[in-house]
Amino acid sequence: MIWDNDFAISVLPLLLEGLWVTVQITLLGTLLAAVLGLVFAVLRRLAIPVLSPVVSFFVVFVRGTPLLVQAYCAFFVLPAYGISFDALATGVVVIGVNYSAYMAEVYRSGIQGVPKGQWEAATALSLPGARTWGRIILPQAVRTVVPMLGNYLIQMFKDSAVLSAITVVELMATAQAIGSSNFRYLEPLTLAALLFLAISYPASRLVNRLERRYAPQH
Amino acid sequence: MSAVIEYAPLLWQGLLTTILVTVLSGALCLVVAFAAGLARLSGHRFLRWPAGVFIEVFRGTSLLVQMFWLFFALPFFGIQLHPLTAAVLALGLNEGAYAAEVVRGAIASRAKGQTEACIALGMEPALRLRRIIIPQSIPAMLPPFGNVMVDLLKNTSLVSLVTVADLTFRAQMIRSTTGQTTAIFLTILVMYFVLSCLLTLLTGWLERRFALDRKALAAQRKESRLMKVGAA
Repeated sequence: MIWDNDFAISVLPLLLEGLWVTVQITLLGTLLAAVLGLVFAVLRRLAIPVLSPVVSFFVVFVRGTPLLVQAYCAFFVLPAYGISFDALATGVVVIGVNYSAYMAEVYRSGIQGVPKGQWEAATALSLPGARTWGRIILPQAVRTVVPMLGNYLIQMFKDSAVLSAITVVELMATAQAIGSSNFRYLEPLTLAALLFLAISYPASRLVNRLERRYAPQH
Repeated sequence: MSAVIEYAPLLWQGLLTTILVTVLSGALCLVVAFAAGLARLSGHRFLRWPAGVFIEVFRGTSLLVQMFWLFFALPFFGIQLHPLTAAVLALGLNEGAYAAEVVRGAIASRAKGQTEACIALGMEPALRLRRIIIPQSIPAMLPPFGNVMVDLLKNTSLVSLVTVADLTFRAQMIRSTTGQTTAIFLTILVMYFVLSCLLTLLTGWLERRFALDRKALAAQRKESRLMKVGAA
């Protein structure tokens, strides 16, 4: 028999622990990415000299380079300058910053989708800038952005496996560790794949439904 | 910076491997995309179902898991793949599953009248697909294909984890021998960035080349330029 069922059952609790870490990374990373992406999008839109072009370049640069290399940079380079967190925190920050670059684009299209009349109405009512953004523009922009955020959440869930390369003990790293200590990779890797699928497939179905519900109404 | 100059030949070899992996898995990705995407649209259940399962499984699990599975788990079935083969296979199948959805979406959202006209002219299904439906769908596929290819390029860095000596692998090697972490990693970040910029330029050129109505496109560009001037 190629597949060892008893072994598979015995490693399942460990893998579930890894899955829990993966879920935590995803949720924290998405939170960071959602906030940071919004900041980036607004900064770009405000067209502040020097700052806005720098943010724009940063966003393009992050989107053009591999997550793994960014993770290595944060893990190996930053400690050389005295900045060091544990692997898990580094992982969350890296994946959060990486996805914030993608989310900045999503927010940007959301902000662009807000009809011009809304800006003009805010100006006509002489609302201050902060209130125009906070009460008029962003609530409308974010509405159209929600399903895209869901897609990135699922994408991040799968991408977080990359963080196993910088010793974050999530699902993938757990599967790998079990494999190398028992010389049996088939069961842990297959189970890891199934666990990824078991969460991401229903989640993507859910996002599809949200997509239809939150479809822009103007 | 000295380590970068001293080890430039190694980085160069790594760069070539990265490009090789990108080209090979990019080709596989295209084949898989059209095969799975068309099968997904087929009227035959025996084609549509397996294609659907393939797409959902490869999109639903992470690329790294797939690559490790091909490299570490497949030997239990008596199949030992070369690291490069496993890497190219995983990348091609994974990105191919994403691109299959692009193919499916582009073909499904095409104007129905074209298919009806083909049927009215008595064209065989295969001829219809080859001469009318696929060529018309290419312009709609190109922008998302460009994104898939840039993703693929970035994901080639994962092949270093199954011991393929690509750019990331070489950088790790040089880092552990010289300890000049910052210079090495910044160099390869820039190298990856340049590669993805080149890929973006290439797809942009292809988009213009294959645009259905180039005149309309030029007019559109002119208009957007004018709008930008107006905004500033």
